[in-house]
Amino acid sequence: MTIPLDSAVHLKRLLAAGDVSAVEVARAAIDRMAVTEPTIAGFTHSVGEPLLQQASSIDQRRAAGKSLGALAGIPVAVKDVLCSADMPTTCSSKMLRGFRPPYDATVISRLRAADALLVGKTNMDEFAMGASTENSAFGVTRNPWDTSRTPGGSSGGAAAVVAASNVPLSLGSDTGGSIRQPAAFCGVTGLKPTYGRVSRFGLIAFASSLDQVGPLGWDVADNALLLSQIAGLDARDSTSLDAPVDDYMSAVAAADVRGMRIGVIRDQLESDGLDAETRAAVQRAIGVFRDAGAVIVDVQFKHTKYWVPTYYIIAPCEASSNLSRYDGAHYGHRSEITADEAKQMGPLVATYCKSREEGFGAEVKRRIMLGTYSLSEGYSAKYYSKALRVRRLIRGDYDEAFGQVDLLLGPVTPTAAFALGDKVDDPLQMYLCDLFTVGANLAGLPAISLPAGATAAGLPLGVQLQAPPLREAALFRAGAAFQKATDHHQQRPSL
Amino acid sequence: MAFSDDDIRKLARLARLELTEEEVQTLGPQLERILGFVEQLAELDTEGVEPMTTALDVTNRWAADCVQPSLSREAALANAPLADDECFLVPPVLPPTS
Repeated sequence: MTIPLDSAVHLKRLLAAGDVSAVEVARAAIDRMAVTEPTIAGFTHSVGEPLLQQASSIDQRRAAGKSLGALAGIPVAVKDVLCSADMPTTCSSKMLRGFRPPYDATVISRLRAADALLVGKTNMDEFAMGASTENSAFGVTRNPWDTSRTPGGSSGGAAAVVAASNVPLSLGSDTGGSIRQPAAFCGVTGLKPTYGRVSRFGLIAFASSLDQVGPLGWDVADNALLLSQIAGLDARDSTSLDAPVDDYMSAVAAADVRGMRIGVIRDQLESDGLDAETRAAVQRAIGVFRDAGAVIVDVQFKHTKYWVPTYYIIAPCEASSNLSRYDGAHYGHRSEITADEAKQMGPLVATYCKSREEGFGAEVKRRIMLGTYSLSEGYSAKYYSKALRVRRLIRGDYDEAFGQVDLLLGPVTPTAAFALGDKVDDPLQMYLCDLFTVGANLAGLPAISLPAGATAAGLPLGVQLQAPPLREAALFRAGAAFQKATDHHQQRPSL
Repeated sequence: MAFSDDDIRKLARLARLELTEEEVQTLGPQLERILGFVEQLAELDTEGVEPMTTALDVTNRWAADCVQPSLSREAALANAPLADDECFLVPPVLPPTS
């Protein structure tokens, strides 16, 4: 039989019924990778044949009637920003080439405890900075729907390997849209949970007040299955929330929006930055939710035009601070310095500067420079402190809206996937890809990207639902209702 | 905001980056353009608005002050570019005197 590598829920059922074995699933994932990877290049590392041994032990335990984890035998790929003790962890940076973390990220430990098959690490924009995965030191990843186009970023590999039906599930991270934008570009479903819902212990930090780990898969059911396994308090992450984890699978099963109030941010829907085909997809989605019994409400946000400027001050400031740890002393790339360089700055500082110069790519340097400038003496009030105040105003818009509505519906991205190379020379154009996604990060809210159709050229389009803090279940409930009424999440690229 | 090449070099030193001449030339105009864009925040009145440093409502989380097993020295040193049996080895801070 064909192994359905495009549905974790389906695989789980087949595995439990004994219709397929974990070894057969692992074999299928490895074989599929051999077919898709030469074109897509979504992985930075793959486990390969040893995966079969792990799968075999799962089969033996199942045969012996022993209890198994909720993801037993299901292949999962992990963005290379999460520390894994048995696989290299590079953040797609030359700085961390060959780095072997001494410990697992908590989410990885949880996947192991759930008996998931960890197939490998996925490509990304270096240190999660970018919207196209072109900033990777290890080459570009291609969009399975059109290989001349980007899969989005920064979790481009994580989205592409799902869209290539290589694995049903992957883990990404989202600081300003890095799960949701690639999900939209690749026609899959991706969720950024509430800030603090998922542990970040072992997540390599980019912007600590914004970063969050989350799932990608074809549909909301698979997203819910994965989030159920990784959500919850972690004593090793002091920013993880001590709140009960809702029953996400029940929320998916409910699939009901009757009486739900769904707000549409009017100025975003009418934004000049929004492409006509993407706008049409949002309008169609509004119709779907209305037909399913939701009440659609116009809401006003006063500060949407300030989302991207605020984000591009706060995120680089936090990045410049977080990335100061890459000093060529404790781990990562260290450059050899010349006698002349040693004399000019002193050997230690010269080593810092040269190691960082050689180890980091252009976008990472740009963000470090931006952050250093925005935090420097005489400028921090104008930039950093100002952005923090505007951040509160942005959160205020959300708080006010959620006084009237349960969820917000709108676009994920201004356009469908753009061509590789299109924006690499224009950083500001690349930043504007985040127009509709950074709000949820600044406010700390959960948001999901749902497949919502395609352009005339056949490129996937997404729509976004946003919810108040810790209301992931409401996103799943509404997302499942949407996917019950549509078949966008069932489209597959021909590869 | 206009950056001279020297401004960029000074900033790079603060950021502990040793930029090439070509990077100095490209980064100046790019930073000017990005900063020009983010400066639109100035038009907002934020008088009396408290800075928002985190989206969390939690204040502080206390941990018991007790010794627990952690990374072995060997594991901690495993990724070091240069180390001996006990320590990270780094270049001297001060330039050689001659």
